[in-house]
Amino acid sequence: MTWHSLEHLVDTASVVVCCGSGGVGKTTTAAALGLAASLRGRRVVVVTIDPARRLAEALGATDGLSNTPTRLHVPLPTETGELWALMLDAQATFDDLVRMYAPSAEQAANILTNGFYRNVSSAMSGTQEYMAGEKLYALVHDERFDLVVVDTPPSRRALDFLEAPTRLTRFLDHRVARVMLAPARTSMRVMNLAAQPLLRTLGRVVGASALTDAMAFLQAFEGMERGFRDRAHAVGQLLGEPDTRYVLVASPRHDTIDEARFFADELTLRGRSVAAVVINRVHRLYGPGSSGEARQRAAATRDQGDLEVARLWDNLAELRSVAEAERAEIDPLRQAVGDAIWTEVPWLDDELNDLDSLMAMMTPLFAPSGVDG
Amino acid sequence: MPPVDVDPLALSTAARLVVVAGKGGVGKTTVSAVTARAAADAGLRVLAVELEDKPALAELLRGDHRIETMTLTPSDALAHYLNTHGLARVSRRLMNTGIIDVVSNASPGLDDLLVLAQLKSLARDRLDVDLIVVDGPAAGHAITFLQSPAGLADAVTSGPVATQAREVLEMLHDPHRCQVVLVTTPDTTPVTELIETAFALEDRVGVQLGPVVVNGVDAFGPLPDPADLTARLPSGAQGQALVAAAVTRRIRQQREAKALRRLADELPLPLLQLPWVPTAGITGADLASLVARFTAVTT
Repeated sequence: MTWHSLEHLVDTASVVVCCGSGGVGKTTTAAALGLAASLRGRRVVVVTIDPARRLAEALGATDGLSNTPTRLHVPLPTETGELWALMLDAQATFDDLVRMYAPSAEQAANILTNGFYRNVSSAMSGTQEYMAGEKLYALVHDERFDLVVVDTPPSRRALDFLEAPTRLTRFLDHRVARVMLAPARTSMRVMNLAAQPLLRTLGRVVGASALTDAMAFLQAFEGMERGFRDRAHAVGQLLGEPDTRYVLVASPRHDTIDEARFFADELTLRGRSVAAVVINRVHRLYGPGSSGEARQRAAATRDQGDLEVARLWDNLAELRSVAEAERAEIDPLRQAVGDAIWTEVPWLDDELNDLDSLMAMMTPLFAPSGVDG
Repeated sequence: MPPVDVDPLALSTAARLVVVAGKGGVGKTTVSAVTARAAADAGLRVLAVELEDKPALAELLRGDHRIETMTLTPSDALAHYLNTHGLARVSRRLMNTGIIDVVSNASPGLDDLLVLAQLKSLARDRLDVDLIVVDGPAAGHAITFLQSPAGLADAVTSGPVATQAREVLEMLHDPHRCQVVLVTTPDTTPVTELIETAFALEDRVGVQLGPVVVNGVDAFGPLPDPADLTARLPSGAQGQALVAAAVTRRIRQQREAKALRRLADELPLPLLQLPWVPTAGITGADLASLVARFTAVTT
């Protein structure tokens, strides 16, 4: 499927997922896309992970953001557009899920106060990624919104987000979990289990109290497992649906481009494709001409004795040489993603932390070409 | 007497174990590699450790046969722990059944503690190295990573885990044995996060903070204001390009100077810097020149 522009993407998509390695401007890109979509009349909610305080303030969330959507007070030209945002709280999202699937308030309380659960829900690797997907699922089914934009957690590997639902299911399918999840027969069960060789070994590693907590958790979890598994499956499905569009975010550096290429390949393996690529902080070439030409002009100007103007040529030469090196990194990715919408955001003179600078970022996002020729 | 120079190498290698930490994308791995290389140049025997499967640090240091590199993931650390605690026989089985997931989830911070415990063992046992440089976790995670032994020491009062937690805590609290080097770029948001992280580490972990390294500082030097040179600039597109490029560069330099001043004002820690390399990503070929230009920040 070919998309002509990011305008078309934010006008038609129901889910936009921003992926990329840490420090490439994912949160800002998600905010800019959400803002653009709301300016174009859509009712948008942006799921952020850990927005810089100034970005949240720039969007009008002066009291900060919480785990439920907050309407942002951005002046919008249309009557239909709305911009909402929330900051993902993995633990609170997990707690909500437990309450939803627990057959009784008592069982929910047992789980929520369990030590093992507190740890799994806050610290288990992949929990944040999974809960981002879970939140996404809940918001997609929330009638207040036409479009959900998700900023993914800052994992070193962008793929973690896609794999999270499978990992949760795998955890539930784990042999140890299966043993512990087997229906309880006697009140002595915990002790019997603890006597099994595998669990005894485990107990020596993690300590007896941690093991008891883990078993108590899995027992409290009894009967809810099905609901969780179905939900994980549904979240996985949603991530694979054609209406879910992936926007790859990268900076023009070798390592983040590499990660973006890897992610694009993995999406293809899963039968999906990258809808758009956003490369942030790209150096400009400043019109036609190469770094070599600028360097020659610098030398010639210096020979003529104008050292100050020669410095300006040195500067142009250096910035162009960076732009050229970045081009060499970026172009292979561009080839690799084929039909995807391609956007380069130039290195902006302002830091992206207020509404004006977000607007400034949107200009190149929604202009048809890249950084300049 | 000549003024006493700040010695970046002495500062960043003051403890036997150096953990380099910083938010994603700020150049933690670059700073780890520069520290390792500078130490090796000074004749120290260096072990460079990275904590993720992707061997970025080893890649940067490839070809430098003086520096030993290793990867230490939580599952490596668990395997090591099992092998050294009389569980070698079941270790393979535990690992193969994927039980690592359950183990590391069962006890808060256990995976982090096991990694730290193995770093501690390396520092104790590897008498053939003088310095261990660790390309540490991202800033947010640095706090939980280094807090794990204190948390576990409170939660587990006896047994091997408690012993490990106590011993790791002792190491973290000893400025001769361990220090944390925080890394940032000279940009507003990373600087803000670094300042918060520095105070959190000091308050909650009590670990010695080494110098802060500001990575990617523009080293181009002063650039004249193009507005003063208008009459001498070429006309048309060339002149416009010169002006636009100079304006961008000058704004960037001012912004960086402001960020550096803020760090100097708000943190009672020595500040070191590495220059911005005008390329699209650092490679091993850039290291030697970075080592030569690893200097104190002057504000």
